[in-house]
Amino acid sequence: MAEQANRHVAFICSKGDLDMAYPALIMGWAALGNGIDVTIFFTFWGMDLIRKLRQDHLQIAPVGNTSMKMSMMGVNTGNLGIPNVMGILPGMTAFATKLMKDKMAKLEVPPVGEYLQMLVDGGAKLYACKMSVDMFELTMDDFVDGVQGIVTAGDFMDRTEGAQIIFI
Amino acid sequence: MATRVIAGKTVQVNDEGFMTVPGEWTREIAAELAKEQAVGELTPAHWKVIDFCRQDAAGTGKAPTLRRITTAAGVSTKDMFALFPKGPAKKVALISGLGKPEGCV
Repeated sequence: MAEQANRHVAFICSKGDLDMAYPALIMGWAALGNGIDVTIFFTFWGMDLIRKLRQDHLQIAPVGNTSMKMSMMGVNTGNLGIPNVMGILPGMTAFATKLMKDKMAKLEVPPVGEYLQMLVDGGAKLYACKMSVDMFELTMDDFVDGVQGIVTAGDFMDRTEGAQIIFI
Repeated sequence: MATRVIAGKTVQVNDEGFMTVPGEWTREIAAELAKEQAVGELTPAHWKVIDFCRQDAAGTGKAPTLRRITTAAGVSTKDMFALFPKGPAKKVALISGLGKPEGCV
């Protein structure tokens, strides 16, 4: 087979919710497993995935989430939603988060930190967004090992030339 | 279903090149496939992974995922990517004469 430029997929992670952390992790891991180069750029709330302080504490909130139904809690209620007024009760976000974490664990999906480390070990390159870092007043010390640097949007473009870019 | 000759033996393969009858696999075939996949000569470290996959698949009926290999066979993610560069998930299953792993992790 003739040697050609390797396929490269780049993810821009802009969300810090637990459910929005997994798409890049799962697809990135699949890409690495298939021999595709992976770069991930964390911007705004997406930086929670790589922040020491936040990484193990990502959550999913039932308020305003039209897809989250009562039936997910094991009650046979079909399309009945979780009323927003219930979602604001103290502990509801923690409860929904635990529910999701339990379901993921059952499928043997690793927690975010461990998953990200697997990607780093597999050769994925992780970068934090310069503007977001400045805005949140962070430094490299705030990030977990494996993050290669703080780069500008322009740098990100340079590092992902020819890549397929996925915004999450 | 197509067939092809690997290491002097005719075996069934699918259109992605994965062997479809695990029983037709031999160690000589693995060595041949490893060369084709640019993995090179198989060392004891490679065989540890391949033997684990064969045993695991014999029990479950499907190729183990990368995550399953690293957790159950005790081979680190880094080592997996070093032993089977550029796509260990696919390459290990292919060399081990198993189908493509079905899991996402």
